[in-house]
Amino acid sequence: MSKYLSKRILSSLLAIAGLFVMVFFLARLTGDPGHLYLPIDAPVEVRKEFSEKHGFNDPIYIQFGRFLEDLSEGNLGYSLRKERPAIDIVLEAIPVTLSLAAVAMTIALFGAILIGSLAAYKPNGLFDRISRVVSLTAASAPDFWVAITAILIFSVSLRWLPTSGIGGFPYWIMPIAILVIRPLGLLVQVVRGSMITALSSDFVKTARAKGVKENKVIFKHALRNGLLPVITVAGDQAAAIANGAVIVETIFGWPGIGKLMIDSIMQRDFAVVQASILITAIVILSINIIIDIAYAILDPRIRHK
Amino acid sequence: MELIIQKNYFFNKLKKILSMFLNDKLALISIIFLSFMVFLALFGPSLINDSFTKMNLRLRNLEPFSFDHHFMYFFGADALGRSMIARLIIATQNTMFIAASAVVLSMTLGGMLGLVSGYFGGKTGNLIMRIADIIMSFPSLLLAVIVLYMFDPGLLNLVLVLAFTRMPIYMRTARAEVLEIRERLFVSAAISMGASNTRIIFKHIAPLTIPTLITIATLDFAFVMLGESALSFLGVGIQPPEVTWGLMVAQGRNYLQLAWWLAFFPGLIIMLVALSLNLLSSWLRIVLDPRQRWRLQNIGDKNE
Repeated sequence: MSKYLSKRILSSLLAIAGLFVMVFFLARLTGDPGHLYLPIDAPVEVRKEFSEKHGFNDPIYIQFGRFLEDLSEGNLGYSLRKERPAIDIVLEAIPVTLSLAAVAMTIALFGAILIGSLAAYKPNGLFDRISRVVSLTAASAPDFWVAITAILIFSVSLRWLPTSGIGGFPYWIMPIAILVIRPLGLLVQVVRGSMITALSSDFVKTARAKGVKENKVIFKHALRNGLLPVITVAGDQAAAIANGAVIVETIFGWPGIGKLMIDSIMQRDFAVVQASILITAIVILSINIIIDIAYAILDPRIRHK
Repeated sequence: MELIIQKNYFFNKLKKILSMFLNDKLALISIIFLSFMVFLALFGPSLINDSFTKMNLRLRNLEPFSFDHHFMYFFGADALGRSMIARLIIATQNTMFIAASAVVLSMTLGGMLGLVSGYFGGKTGNLIMRIADIIMSFPSLLLAVIVLYMFDPGLLNLVLVLAFTRMPIYMRTARAEVLEIRERLFVSAAISMGASNTRIIFKHIAPLTIPTLITIATLDFAFVMLGESALSFLGVGIQPPEVTWGLMVAQGRNYLQLAWWLAFFPGLIIMLVALSLNLLSSWLRIVLDPRQRWRLQNIGDKNE
């Protein structure tokens, strides 16, 4: 198992390195940041000095070499916009997104397990058919549209919830709800499918034949086996939730990593873009490795290898 | 004689497929709705002529569902008095075209890379799969935003970016299929008869992977469409005066309190199309799986 894990971690590190090199070179193609940061009528000397000071004049491979040097010292560059180390800005934004994503993922996972198992208990029953349409609708809904429709209904018309910003409980309701919708819809399908397989397998029949109580059959025998594929899909959802977070943070004005990244891209703040990509990639890959470990612990076939 | 048999065979097959549709009402409704949308995308713009750009300032922000004006204004009008129906039809063509090109492109490229990776295996195969890992490990939306901001957010770049971010699914699926097909007898037979690698891959293996890839593509069309509308919503997708459903939602957002229908209808259509594709692909999955096909075939003779 440790061999399997070290292989996974190694390939994750390679993935981060590849992504990083790609983004560094792409980011330099956007154009001269001087155009954005200096007034339109700035004289040529000022522009030259600006480029000189930030090293934009050097060939791109020298900039990359300098960047790697800084990286080895734990320095991810300096934000042009906020005049602070980029890593500080990113580390401030990460907890906002993480808490948003963690709450949303927990709700989606437990909701999906509950609904999916109930649907799988009687395939093609009334509950199954209703939950199929509802969960497919949820998986098909464009999150930005749901968000602004929800703002229209709950904030503008009914005045129950705040339109945007961060704060107490009411501020969390809409962003979380919108972030939950799509993963929930997808996960319900997965739970249903794997629970149907688990419930019709031989060990469940044996358990029933032995006279094990129905509750125990479902929760102890079927669910534990049915959850394995769900865990894999939940891992893929980590990146999907980050996508949703970009939209939700932009619409509701949350100072998370998604909004930070969009803002920095628009303002050509290279250092912040790079730092946030690196940190996001590390977070997502760590989540995937944790999920692999969880999978290995839950599945005896892998655990005993 | 042979012709008649072939004809009968064809009709029987068609009848079977039709009855499988009739046994799943939701799939039937979805296919009708999707055909209608495809029809609109192909012929809609030429049917409505120039009413897409025609402004009628007296009908500015006209409310929907009123019969007082031309039927083109049934879903209301925007802030410049342009008919919502006409704009939705133009947007249908753009959205469908972008999503379809992106799906075809990513299916072809991803499928081929997966075929090569699965057939040859080894270092090349692993390298190709590592590329898929890199693409998968990063939120596709952010990757697309970065790339589209670097280059102009025009039509071609949008299609390329969407195709690129969706490629890993086809790569992985095609590879998994090939790894299994490669071991079958007819492949060994082809190798022993001296067929070239290209011939084996394209003539013998590729056709068998296509049904699976198409099922994935049906569902992927919905994802690509949602991705395109999210990008257009964030302002890095299609640019005005061109219009897609996502961009219409973004534009309508500014008039949310004044005219809710500007953002509501395009979003509703995105959801309905994505839902239909979801229902259709779950139907396809059952039809293509011999172990599950009976669910749709024998509903009528349950009591026999």
